[in-house]
Amino acid sequence: MLASLSRRAILAIYAVIIIIPLTVVAFGSFKSTQELFAGPFSLPHSLSPDNFAEVVGGQNLGNSFINSAIVTGISVPLTLFLASLAGYAVSRLKGFMSWAIFGFLVLGMAIPAQANMVPLYVLFGRLGLLDSLAGLILANVVSTLPIAVFILGGFMRTLPKELYEASSIDGSGPWKTYSSIALPLSAPSIAAAAIFLFVIHWNELLYPLLFIQSPGNRTLPLALLSFQGEFQTNYPLLFAGVILASLPVVVAYVFLQRYFVAGITAGASKG
Amino acid sequence: MSIHPGTAAKRKAPENQAAAGTAKVRRRSPTRVNPALYLFPLPAVAVIAFFLVMPTLQAFQYAITDWNGFSAAFNYVGLDNFIRAFTKDSLFTNALTNNLKFVLLVVIAQTAFSLVLALLLTKNSRGSILLRALFFFPTILSSVSVAFIWKFIYDPNFGLANSVLRTVGVDGGAYLGNDAQALYWVAITQVWFHSGQMMVVYIAGLQAIPKELYEAAEMDGANKWQQFKSITWPFVAPATSIVVAYTTVQSFKAFDLILGIAGNPPKSSLDILSTRIYSTFANSEFGYAAAQSIIFMAMIALVTWLQRRLLRLTPKGE
Repeated sequence: MLASLSRRAILAIYAVIIIIPLTVVAFGSFKSTQELFAGPFSLPHSLSPDNFAEVVGGQNLGNSFINSAIVTGISVPLTLFLASLAGYAVSRLKGFMSWAIFGFLVLGMAIPAQANMVPLYVLFGRLGLLDSLAGLILANVVSTLPIAVFILGGFMRTLPKELYEASSIDGSGPWKTYSSIALPLSAPSIAAAAIFLFVIHWNELLYPLLFIQSPGNRTLPLALLSFQGEFQTNYPLLFAGVILASLPVVVAYVFLQRYFVAGITAGASKG
Repeated sequence: MSIHPGTAAKRKAPENQAAAGTAKVRRRSPTRVNPALYLFPLPAVAVIAFFLVMPTLQAFQYAITDWNGFSAAFNYVGLDNFIRAFTKDSLFTNALTNNLKFVLLVVIAQTAFSLVLALLLTKNSRGSILLRALFFFPTILSSVSVAFIWKFIYDPNFGLANSVLRTVGVDGGAYLGNDAQALYWVAITQVWFHSGQMMVVYIAGLQAIPKELYEAAEMDGANKWQQFKSITWPFVAPATSIVVAYTTVQSFKAFDLILGIAGNPPKSSLDILSTRIYSTFANSEFGYAAAQSIIFMAMIALVTWLQRRLLRLTPKGE
């Protein structure tokens, strides 16, 4: 009885600690500064879109939103494509080569982005990739390819070998077997990896901070960060920015929750 | 296409024999590897070799120079950069100390808290599933978003924490403004941010424990604590080692959160290794920044290794 009561108490308290700040942010994004400070918990007087209009138009976050969408929209499928090709080969090759390719690709998970950022910056400078969305796409692909290979290759290795063999008896080449057998059967793990990559690429801050100079090329996290200095205590404006930056991920979470948990956990369990 | 591989293969077999005859000789044995397969991993291998492995190796080369990133000329300075980091640069040793403190705090708090949440939500009831989804939610937000939310909570004048405290007649604190405490407050934010994620790892571990073990322990008269100590804890050891290792790396790299909450560059009481490396880089000391990033990498490896030695997290009963 006492145990069940304290269980409920702990869960309720933590639920409140999560819900309250999120509600305050959601309500606050419609308020003026004075209104927020006077009553942070109260419902907004009106659903005035002023803060959003200022953030999207005046502060050009609309443009950053499009940049983020372009970068994420290309880097996620590209990472999945390269990783699934490699994962497929690893699952079909045998012995040392399979092991060596997988090991080489996955080893990168142990290298934190900050470890090679200086040489990468110099390399990108030489290739003319600084201050461009193409550079951000490439950096996203490079930094998450190891974990994507780990997730997809790991999954494809568990697919029954007989399937591949049946397909090659039918006379299908490796590409046909990859696209019509390996890919469809790996759909659940591709979905999980896609979500994992989407969250990472959408929220990525280090590479934009490192590479992007012109405000017109900023992605959302970088644009938000630059708010930090400008609008120290204009919280309603910051909150509107937070909502805008979180919206796609939150909408996806509501509809694809299962894959979120699977994907982000697969990412975490890499050890 | 059949999703039952066994039947698909069986169905194919007789067809094949019938169709054999002339084609049989030319057909490649299915167990032999098609050389075209070696082309498949090529793009990934090239990208990783050129943009990940090569820059990482170059970091070691940069680290022994005084290159400023612009001039063509630079000198090899041996281990000077490393000596400077540990003996002459109080900014670096401060960031190192902060980072180790931060990692220690977050690893202990987040591991314990996510295990508690997982224990309370192990059963797949409707309420549990709903609460898991809620507790997991902060993990999907960007670090900068989470930083802004908590900046408002901690704001000494207008913030949430102090307005709640005011209603019960308590004077609030300065939170991030208090240099002696700032790191602890950010650690709390980090735990709020990612505990739900680690909770999910623990739930998977807990659900894999055979229920019969608890039933047997119950019959032997073991109380809840004894059950936890001799069944739950040893059996979730693999999950614990994942949680500890992941949380360690995550809190070493809390770069985005720190910049979002403390600004760029952060004040010294909130400076950690990743933010320090970035500041050194932004100060165009490329050689020195590379040396710092190698120390950073070594620190992560060292702490992870120490944890494995100290905790000896090997699953019992396997």
